[in-house]
Amino acid sequence: MKTSGVASYLRPTRLSYRFWRVWRRNLDVFMKTYKVNFFPALFEPLLYLVGLGLGLGGFVRPQEGLPYIIFIAPALVAISMMYSSFFECTYASFVRMYFQKTFDAIIATPVSLEEVIAGELVWGATKSLINSTIVLGVIVVFGLVYSPFALLIIPLSFLVGLLFSAIAMCFTAITPNIDSFNYPSFLFITPMFILSGTFFSITVLPVEVQIIASIFFPLTHAVTLSRAFTVGTLSPTLLLNFAWFVVTTPFFFVLSINLMKKRLIK
Amino acid sequence: MGCAAMESEVLIEAENLTKKFGDLVAVDSINFKVFEGEIFGFLGPNGAGKTTTMKMVHCVLPLTSGRLTVADMDVTKDAREIKKMIGVAPQEDNLDPDFTVCHNLLVYARYFDVPKAEAHKRCEELLKFVQLEEKRNVLIDQLSSGMKRRLILARALINEPQILMLDEPTTGLDPQGRHLIWDKIRSLQKQGVTIVLTTHYMEEAAELCDRIVIVDNGKIVEEGKPSDLIKKHVGEEVLEVAYDEDVSNFLKSAFPDARLEVVSDRIQVFTNKPRGVFTDILNKFSFKAAMIRDANLEDVFLKLTGRRLRE
Repeated sequence: MKTSGVASYLRPTRLSYRFWRVWRRNLDVFMKTYKVNFFPALFEPLLYLVGLGLGLGGFVRPQEGLPYIIFIAPALVAISMMYSSFFECTYASFVRMYFQKTFDAIIATPVSLEEVIAGELVWGATKSLINSTIVLGVIVVFGLVYSPFALLIIPLSFLVGLLFSAIAMCFTAITPNIDSFNYPSFLFITPMFILSGTFFSITVLPVEVQIIASIFFPLTHAVTLSRAFTVGTLSPTLLLNFAWFVVTTPFFFVLSINLMKKRLIK
Repeated sequence: MGCAAMESEVLIEAENLTKKFGDLVAVDSINFKVFEGEIFGFLGPNGAGKTTTMKMVHCVLPLTSGRLTVADMDVTKDAREIKKMIGVAPQEDNLDPDFTVCHNLLVYARYFDVPKAEAHKRCEELLKFVQLEEKRNVLIDQLSSGMKRRLILARALINEPQILMLDEPTTGLDPQGRHLIWDKIRSLQKQGVTIVLTTHYMEEAAELCDRIVIVDNGKIVEEGKPSDLIKKHVGEEVLEVAYDEDVSNFLKSAFPDARLEVVSDRIQVFTNKPRGVFTDILNKFSFKAAMIRDANLEDVFLKLTGRRLRE
């Protein structure tokens, strides 16, 4: 409790196996209502594939050498990683923390607050894995996957989901109320949704935006990796995209847990 | 009676326990001991620091200073071990609204590493104990507030705790619900569970607690057995009559060493004299709306903490 300044935000996290109990609680809730949960994950990408891929795609020239629908299909998988984990660890976590007092109930047991937050983050990553695997299944059915490397998307979705969960949890730790999640949603998530090489190649953007999008937007790296995996065009530069997640995820993981401790332990 | 408690082990001990939130001193250097097997009550007005103290004991709130041990373990070092032996029934409803009654208990058992088969067994026993068997598969929002309190009590027992901490266990309950909770608390004490509770119901404290501390503004203002405190501070009986200037003067001369209090339109007379002192006076003179009643903990409480409203 005594460290102050920047160091206090990056104090290492001590976890036991107990964070899985929190993960398991969320899984139990998910399984109770799984029909409702699977539906949007399945339906939304279908809409985009039909509307953008088949509809708009007829007017759009190939992007980065790929027919439009094949270009956007892996992006839809990456977008589902972002959305599912980000919203799980903002709105859903906030409801559990603030309205349902679920965290309060759990920390009265041998499970620590750090483990509660870690369980939430790992659950957010799991949501990413579940949803993006469903989307992956959809684009396989549509015949838009050309390489068995596409299977790598499944473990990737967990890592990407963990990063977005951790970033989301940082916002949850500082948000004054649930409505304020509109700010990160519109100022962070929506720009990424549009500008991360999702629906058009980022090379058409002004160079400053390109630099920001290709360095700072996590979604750009997720889209690049997913697209390479479904198309089967592997290159060494993908290691950089992967390394980007390996470096940033632990940072935000630890930061979000410390921010939550500052919020909840007075 | 109180001596029985004195002879047993100290289970919880606080020395100069202090908690500050910024400039606000919520708990101000208090000392207390809770003995094994007793029902120990924190009694105090809203904002006195009762809940804050409870939260420090069950290790969810860090101390600002002082020392606090549970079963000789330091709360700042052995939080996990301490939490394993404590069951907590918080003041607010934090049951899991996503689950049914039974599932709430099973999920909670998992946090304590209770094996699955054992958890199911305890779940059935506890639902029976708090009379919620028929509500087993009902979602939380369909329970009445009394049922929720009982489920919270059951949940606090899922780890078979040595210490049970109840933060205002009967607030908002009807008399039936309250008496049911009291019965359960007493039967748990018989089973050997040490119980620490907070309340602002005097009746509850007098009814249940072996020992109480009265807390006000973060400080302990008095401690002891409820009956001893009543004798010490307000005597055995209280005379109450309708207010009248003359009557007031008369009572002052008749009971020179008594304490007179005027509360709205009534005069209350407190004295340390034994039972029966007021009877003569009532027989000789007729006062308007006079009555003699037993002194109670509420008299002690109001004497010690005043009548000012608390926010």
